[in-house]
Amino acid sequence: MEWYLPVIWAGLIGTAVMLYVVLDGFDLGIAILFPTTKDESERDQMMNSVAPFWDGNETWLVLGGGGLWVAFPQAYAIIMPAFYIPVILMLLALIFRGVAFEFRWVAKPHHHRWDIAFWLGSTVAAFSQGLILGGLIQGVTVANGQFAGGPFDWLTPFTVMCGIGVVVGYALLGATWLIFKTEGPVAERARRQARTLLLALMGFAALVSLWTPFAHPRIAERWFTPGNLVLLWPFPALTAFCGYMVWKRLQGAHEFTPFAFTIAIFLLCFLGLSISNFPYLVPPSVTIWDAAAAPSSHVFVLIGVAFLLPMILFYTAFVYWTFRGKVRADSGYH
Amino acid sequence: MVIDAFLLSRIQFAFTVSFHIVFPAFTIGLSAYIATLLGLWLKTGDAKFHLLARFWTKIFAVSFAMGVVSGIVLSYQFGTNWSRFSTAVGNVVGPLIGYEVLSAFFLEASFLGVMLFGWKRVPPWLHFLSAVIVAGGTALSGFWILSANSWMQYPAGHEVRDGIAYPVDWMKIVFNPTFPLRFAHMMTAAYLTTAFVVLATGARHLLAGHRTESAKTMVRMAILMIALTAPLQAVIGDFHGRDTATYQPAKLAAIEAHWDSSKPGALVLFAWPDEKAELNRFEISIPGVASLVTHGSMNALFPSLKDFKVEDRPPVLIPFFAFRAMVGIGVLMILFGWAGAWLWRKGTVFEARRWLWIAQYTWPAGFIAILAGWFVTEVGRQPWLATGIIRSADAVSPVTTLQVAISLALFVCVYSVVFTAGILLINRLIDKGPDEISGEDAPEQPSKRPLKAAQGEAAAIFGDGKPGDDKIQPAL
Repeated sequence: MEWYLPVIWAGLIGTAVMLYVVLDGFDLGIAILFPTTKDESERDQMMNSVAPFWDGNETWLVLGGGGLWVAFPQAYAIIMPAFYIPVILMLLALIFRGVAFEFRWVAKPHHHRWDIAFWLGSTVAAFSQGLILGGLIQGVTVANGQFAGGPFDWLTPFTVMCGIGVVVGYALLGATWLIFKTEGPVAERARRQARTLLLALMGFAALVSLWTPFAHPRIAERWFTPGNLVLLWPFPALTAFCGYMVWKRLQGAHEFTPFAFTIAIFLLCFLGLSISNFPYLVPPSVTIWDAAAAPSSHVFVLIGVAFLLPMILFYTAFVYWTFRGKVRADSGYH
Repeated sequence: MVIDAFLLSRIQFAFTVSFHIVFPAFTIGLSAYIATLLGLWLKTGDAKFHLLARFWTKIFAVSFAMGVVSGIVLSYQFGTNWSRFSTAVGNVVGPLIGYEVLSAFFLEASFLGVMLFGWKRVPPWLHFLSAVIVAGGTALSGFWILSANSWMQYPAGHEVRDGIAYPVDWMKIVFNPTFPLRFAHMMTAAYLTTAFVVLATGARHLLAGHRTESAKTMVRMAILMIALTAPLQAVIGDFHGRDTATYQPAKLAAIEAHWDSSKPGALVLFAWPDEKAELNRFEISIPGVASLVTHGSMNALFPSLKDFKVEDRPPVLIPFFAFRAMVGIGVLMILFGWAGAWLWRKGTVFEARRWLWIAQYTWPAGFIAILAGWFVTEVGRQPWLATGIIRSADAVSPVTTLQVAISLALFVCVYSVVFTAGILLINRLIDKGPDEISGEDAPEQPSKRPLKAAQGEAAAIFGDGKPGDDKIQPAL
């Protein structure tokens, strides 16, 4: 039990983070693409395509952060101070983009500044998330169960690259979402943008896949010991295949599949990074067992999760179903 | 006082949490009000309820967004600035916050979409149900947050090993001794606060000459709510105060500025508590009344500040003055609500210009009282972060002073801009009023424009639909 509970929780938090990345990824992504049109009704259409969902999507971030505290208080207490500046930047950025959803409509016709807040807030939030991801992969200095590094340890060429990678990835999710949920000029432009973004994202994914084993022997060992290689080679291969599928599906008239395969790319990258780093929650020293909360705390919340998570997934699906179909320039949900 | 990461982190938390609490307090009350309006509309078919529901939903959307974004900041600050707190009590407080996210946050956030944008997408009963779920979700959110906060005030159901709290009995943890009344006090405060915002809005429109049925309805509903809940709140507050006497005697001593336990506590109407000299200057007080209120007898003795070591005492000035501000506002609320009820009974409330003139400026009353109340309870818990388990000074993260100074400066700048803008925008919506804003998108009219959560300007431009035009019947 003491061994399994942290594994179950790691799986749960991994799921929450993954759902966050995909769900908030596309609505941050459409905001990253906001400046690519000046047309008022097109911007309305882009924002409308995510307006009923963004709040629910962002809640997964609260579950990811809150869940980390619930299940692995030691890791939470190390990671948050270690990434103090990027976390605060992300929160401030999310404030701007969150309120922009509502302020923009009320402030019309003087809403230009909220368009900027929407775009800049979303871009900085995505970039900060990339910095944190990169910082975790490159490792955190820990002594006596506490963060013991410097305030700018998270700022390296590698983390900056991860930051840009996440911005590009979210933009791709956003573009493929627009292909799925909109039509007319918005969808057509998104289709053109998606190709460039896809190439860039695949480039970043390849770069990270090569960089991390070179920089970190433990990651090289994980992937390249002969026994593991036999088991793990499908991951990069499938990722490449999904990239190819997105490219193919962007050529034709497919509306949903580019989005679906982009999600698959994110899922595979996430699994790949998890494989690289398991069982470390804070590489290279703190494992999920080191950081785990008391078993009683794990069980208490797990009971709630067993009942509430299916409900959450059910009514999340209900909301997406309620607002199904295309968002057109001439009509909204009303 | 040393300016270090600890002090700056305290200021930062106080600043961000104070900004935050205003919005959930308002949205807890407002979501319940909107659900009530939609329920009344379904029941009576009276268009004015629909009009009002649409109007307040637009204001709700803006407020809720501000509550969400400022709330996420808090859930991360436990880690960024108070990491040792997160470790020391994470086993106990973490799960309570976890349950809040799982049971309430998702519920509100998901059904909010249906509530804001589902007017024509789902049948009226389902839309009403969504509003009820959002209202229930916000209250449930309050349940868990207040449970966690109350546990920090007076921990129960746990044991401490090596400075870390471990859960022993979850029922005792969730329903810890100070929780039920603190929860009741906060919920009532939220509903009361919202009633004053509704009252002020109605009064503003009546005074401006918009003598519409919707403005009158707002005033009537608000008077009813205030006349009932303001006195109820006083009773709950009194019982909550007795809890404080039992479980947090040091806080009570600070609230009453009680320095000498050999005498019964006096009701200090005014004083300047001098913490160095350990006495009150310029004191005006009524002997024995504090003992009567908290312990049921004029002669009861209770611990004074001097019974606690200096390092175990909370600061006195803030709890002392904030408590008086809260109670003072509460008393005025009761009187004002009853005056309104009396005018209403006489049938002259809509002509009572002086009463209405005051009413239009009462909207901040509840917010100030809530902030004052939280200052009392949070400052009064000091020097502990979780009483008896970890002191605030030992809870701060290993981060540099410079980092916290920068983040605090950024928070101050961003909050000033964002929340000022938000409040101005809400004010603009309120100024337009229900008739101008909601009329244009009445349910049976097909929309010709993209959806908007708050269509204030569009309504002003298109200006279609007056309250008399929409003969709306709920399609059940």
